Amino acid sequence: MDLGSISLVAFFASLMVASTPILLAALGEMVTERAGVLNLGVEGMMIIGAICGFAIAIESGSAAAGFLGAAAGGALLSMLFAILTQFLYATQVPSGLALTLVGVGLASLIGQPYVGESPPLMGKLHIPVFESIPFFGPVMFQHDPIVYLSLILAVLVGVFLKYTRGGLILRAVGENHDAAHALGYKVRLVRVMAIGFGGAMAGLGGAYISLIRVPQWTDGITGGIGWIALAIVVFASWKPERVVFGAYLFGGLTALQLNLQAANIPLLFVLPYLVMLAGVIYFVIAVAVGSWKKTLDVKPTLKTFAQFIGVGLVLLLIGIATNYASSLDLLMLSSAPFVATIVVLVVISARSKGASNGPAMLGKIFQAH
Amino acid sequence: MTELLKLQGLTKAYLGVIANDHVGFSIAKGEVHALLGENGAGKSTLVKMIYGLTKPDSGTMTLHGAPYAPNSPQAARASGVAMVFQHFSLFEALNVAENVALGMENPPKMNDLARSIREVSHTYGLPLDPHRTVGDLSAGERQRVEIIRCLLQDPKLLIMDEPTSVLTPQEVEILFTTLRKLQSEGTSILYISHKLEEIRSLCDDATILRMGKVVGTCDPKTTTARDMAELMVGETLHIPTREAKESGAELLSVQGIEFAPQSPFGTRLKNLSLSVKSGEILGIGGVAGNGQDELLSVLSGEAKAQSGSVVFEGQDISTLGPNARRALGLLSAPEERLGHAAAPNMSLIENTALTATIRKKLSKNNFINWSKTEKFAQEIIKTFDVRTPSANAAARSLSGGNLQKFVIGREVMQDPKVLVVNQPTWGVDASAAASIRQALLDLAAGGAAVICISQDLDELMEISDHFAALNEGKLSVPRVAKGLTVDEIGLMMGGAETSSDTQIAGHEVSA
Repeated sequence: MDLGSISLVAFFASLMVASTPILLAALGEMVTERAGVLNLGVEGMMIIGAICGFAIAIESGSAAAGFLGAAAGGALLSMLFAILTQFLYATQVPSGLALTLVGVGLASLIGQPYVGESPPLMGKLHIPVFESIPFFGPVMFQHDPIVYLSLILAVLVGVFLKYTRGGLILRAVGENHDAAHALGYKVRLVRVMAIGFGGAMAGLGGAYISLIRVPQWTDGITGGIGWIALAIVVFASWKPERVVFGAYLFGGLTALQLNLQAANIPLLFVLPYLVMLAGVIYFVIAVAVGSWKKTLDVKPTLKTFAQFIGVGLVLLLIGIATNYASSLDLLMLSSAPFVATIVVLVVISARSKGASNGPAMLGKIFQAH
Repeated sequence: MTELLKLQGLTKAYLGVIANDHVGFSIAKGEVHALLGENGAGKSTLVKMIYGLTKPDSGTMTLHGAPYAPNSPQAARASGVAMVFQHFSLFEALNVAENVALGMENPPKMNDLARSIREVSHTYGLPLDPHRTVGDLSAGERQRVEIIRCLLQDPKLLIMDEPTSVLTPQEVEILFTTLRKLQSEGTSILYISHKLEEIRSLCDDATILRMGKVVGTCDPKTTTARDMAELMVGETLHIPTREAKESGAELLSVQGIEFAPQSPFGTRLKNLSLSVKSGEILGIGGVAGNGQDELLSVLSGEAKAQSGSVVFEGQDISTLGPNARRALGLLSAPEERLGHAAAPNMSLIENTALTATIRKKLSKNNFINWSKTEKFAQEIIKTFDVRTPSANAAARSLSGGNLQKFVIGREVMQDPKVLVVNQPTWGVDASAAASIRQALLDLAAGGAAVICISQDLDELMEISDHFAALNEGKLSVPRVAKGLTVDEIGLMMGGAETSSDTQIAGHEVSA
């Protein structure tokens, strides 16, 4: 056990890297779902993006070209879904699942010649001035361009949905496609574009894994990140800022898990304190925001705070009782990011009334008549 | 008056069925023109062509003397044609200003738009808060959103599709005042309805459609409602007559029900009480969304109430489910035909089995006797004149009116002691509606009690002995229906006096 071997700077920097692919894919899926389309093929589009990006980067020698190719590849695969669901009126859930199967298989086929090769690396983009801030500089401002791009895209998507006419039309289509049609909006066109955007973003996310995070090609390289992105969209109540939060929470826990494993520290040794710390942070933020907006509701806030502390104490007791057994810890290490992300987002979405209501037309087939 | 819109020989066929057959008429500037017709007469197809949602197969339209052929609603709006829909055009999760912006070509900035919504809505006596979410508004307020959306674009022709079907009489008066003001400013209005008295008080001219053809025009101010109705239907109407009789023993009583629905857009029932006696028809009016669905679910057993609050023939049934209540003789037919009253993809025979198995003993040892079920289904189809190719047809393949006849017939023919129906004749043409009402009257004459929840006041006045109204989940004190004036009904619908306040079951008041 060696707590000192974990460098906080390296941990937080790896957190941002681990979060970026999830954020990209989840943002794309969120836009698709806000238009009323449930595309469960995120995992398939991500892995197609991963191999397209990888192959094009190697053939062209440029990582940037690889990312462009990945976005195009993901979008192209998503058009298969668009044709099935928007023009042939196939049901969306099985179509999305089929898309994942097709994507994973196709990626494996395309990827055969590339196993074992190394892609060209993408240079880091250090932000001038900010990079020299102690601690925050190396953590936040010495990354590759895609990390910044993903955050900029998150802001742009949020602004687009909330403040632009295009965003309003997209939300309207997702809310009531019959009404949107009656008012003369092209429901199918909007949806095809939203599906394509989702595909391109998933492709970017996939390429980030194969070109930067890993960087090499192996079968099944995305390893379920697409499914986590889907879950994050739902539990983030289809809100961009919460998608960012969810993606970074999951990325953070993944990075923590890897760091702990490397330092040979049982997860249960630190997790209880982290949960309790999260509770304190939540409480401070909730009180501050609540009293600023004058919507502070003390009782539920205290209740959630107590829940965090309670969970932390339970985990502490489990750890002491099992004497940090290594088999239990292995199980927890691999599942912790998944479980914790879902639990936290469920708590958040359950707390805000009505906010968990998704787009009313989600997954429904639209036929003009 | 100069001519605004002229239609000539408009024809449109869908899959070989002719929806409009050489329809032609013209609307003058500043005129309120009524378009009358049964369900399926071709009114909505015609309107869709004028609003650019579909293109005619043949025929021409001229607007201001120039050819007019909109290929999208945007084009229609640009030419000054606006439309107030009854269904399918508001977005519940968006706020009023966003909804309005979606119906405009070049909406101003949100802040400016919010200001002009406030101004215009006050000018026309339809106050609206632009920042409220549409899902929280009442039906009347939602309609205001639609109207304001049109008015902000300064239309030359305003199309209104059955605008009053969800309004209280008082709200109808406000709407008519607004429409008359618009008319005086030179706006033409195409007013679609089948409520004849409204048309008589509002419209200058009327065109009547039947089976896709224009069968007549008339001046509604000088033509009687009955004459117009007969033009619409094409036959002499049989209007059911109410036979006076005294009611018998109390069959069902509800005391002080409190019920909170699951859905965030549902209505809470507040301290609601009622009772019905053998042979009685209790009509429950009220604007949609004031607790009708919740009341039906509490009575049918889909939702359970606190114990002791629902009593059937002296037995407490508040916690029994729908099947146990059916076995006792309390049957119900909900409003939503597809998906609630009937399973859309199942055949009429299967749908018969779904509710009639218990009372008609259609199963033995948990095996359904399909031949017996089919026989009963055939009986329903025959008695209620359900137009279907066969009893094996899927419920969703029937037209709305025919399916309605089936779901009502299915319950009526199970010989209920108490029948609860919600919107029994919604979307049904006049002659079929009359036969459904007659069936309810016959049921009551045979000693059953009927609770009829409806938004059609004429219907309620025609069949009820007692009338009560739902308002925000509270029920007014039931009163004898005979002799009630429109004003009194309007006050009841507006929530003037409720049983929740006075805590008396209605019969002392009405006796």
